[in-house]
Amino acid sequence: MFAIFTRLADWLAYGIFGLDPASSLGHAVHFFIEDVTKIFFLLSVIVFAIGYFRSMLTPERVRKVVAGRSRAVSYPMAVGLGAVTPFCSCSSVPLFIGFLEAGIPLGVTMAFLIASPMINEVAVVVLAAAVGWKVAALYVFAGLSVGIVGGLVIEYFKLEKWVEDYVWKIRMGETNIQQTSTTFKDKLIYSWGQVKEIVGKIWIYVLVGIALGAVLHGFVPQEFFLKYASADNLFAVPSAVIIGIPLYSNATGVIPIVEALMAKGVPIGTVLALMMSVAAISLPEIIILRKVLKPKLIATFTGILFVAFIGVGYLFNALLI
Amino acid sequence: MKTFKVLGSGCCNCNTTADLIDRKAKELGVDVTIEKVTEMGDILGYGVMSTPGVVVDEVVVHAGGTPTPAQVEDWIKA
Repeated sequence: MFAIFTRLADWLAYGIFGLDPASSLGHAVHFFIEDVTKIFFLLSVIVFAIGYFRSMLTPERVRKVVAGRSRAVSYPMAVGLGAVTPFCSCSSVPLFIGFLEAGIPLGVTMAFLIASPMINEVAVVVLAAAVGWKVAALYVFAGLSVGIVGGLVIEYFKLEKWVEDYVWKIRMGETNIQQTSTTFKDKLIYSWGQVKEIVGKIWIYVLVGIALGAVLHGFVPQEFFLKYASADNLFAVPSAVIIGIPLYSNATGVIPIVEALMAKGVPIGTVLALMMSVAAISLPEIIILRKVLKPKLIATFTGILFVAFIGVGYLFNALLI
Repeated sequence: MKTFKVLGSGCCNCNTTADLIDRKAKELGVDVTIEKVTEMGDILGYGVMSTPGVVVDEVVVHAGGTPTPAQVEDWIKA
């Protein structure tokens, strides 16, 4: 299905540019062309298609649906809806306050916020196209599990005391926002707007990710990864997570790196741990959440994710070798 | 005269939204006042969680993303 992008890259890299298919530069340029065309094509198509259906799915509705449910329902619901509900990271703060105000437990709210940046439909489809459906399914499963476990731990230790006090005083108003996009044409316009907005926001992360992936693919020898990042090396997974924390990218932007690392034989657990860490924990997100969480809860939250990602890495490396 | 309020913490999309309303109002030659609401309590008071949101004469007409120029025109003309 995606062979057309491989052929396009063959033609451009080896035909037009005349690069040697066996050379490092040839490998790197081929990887770059194939991924740029494939990922941006998929990205636009998926955002457009999903945009058409999800003009109905808003955080306000999620809040209403999740509020008042038992924990056995609300946790899976929160991570599932967190994965598919679109919201800009600058909305994290009002969303957090609105959820708590509706009586949704802190743990469930955090589960939603953990799952949201890690999993989204674009990343899942692009990941599947790059490294197969099995890995994509594992990533989704692991991401949802980390969200639920993270939320449950926060709930277990009753960390509500580490939420900024003013948060509990805010009262939310009732409103019925008129849905303006109801006709077919409106929905198409909305979808196209989504493509412009989302692609406009994340293209730089994706492009940098592809460039790094191309360099890894073409110029870093396989022996390097076998030596430092094999499953035998117990430090490989924690190192991957630590490297990923300061790095900030959209989940889709990490995929070319995942692709290149897996092709070099780096074990799947290590690669997925890196992807989760890059996508989920980021400094900008932490700075935004600092407005509602006291530093102790920020530290606990980061610590829980750190441990959970390492756990995911070791587990998958142990199970899937 | 219509009063527009743009709900949002001051992120890029919120400023884009306010600028868009301002530009469209000038194009159409309609006098409007535009106010940016950045207090969390006030934003949530309108029942909006996903910013930017738009309020016209105290009625919430939009939430969660930059509106389209056509939507903005509708609000100004309505």
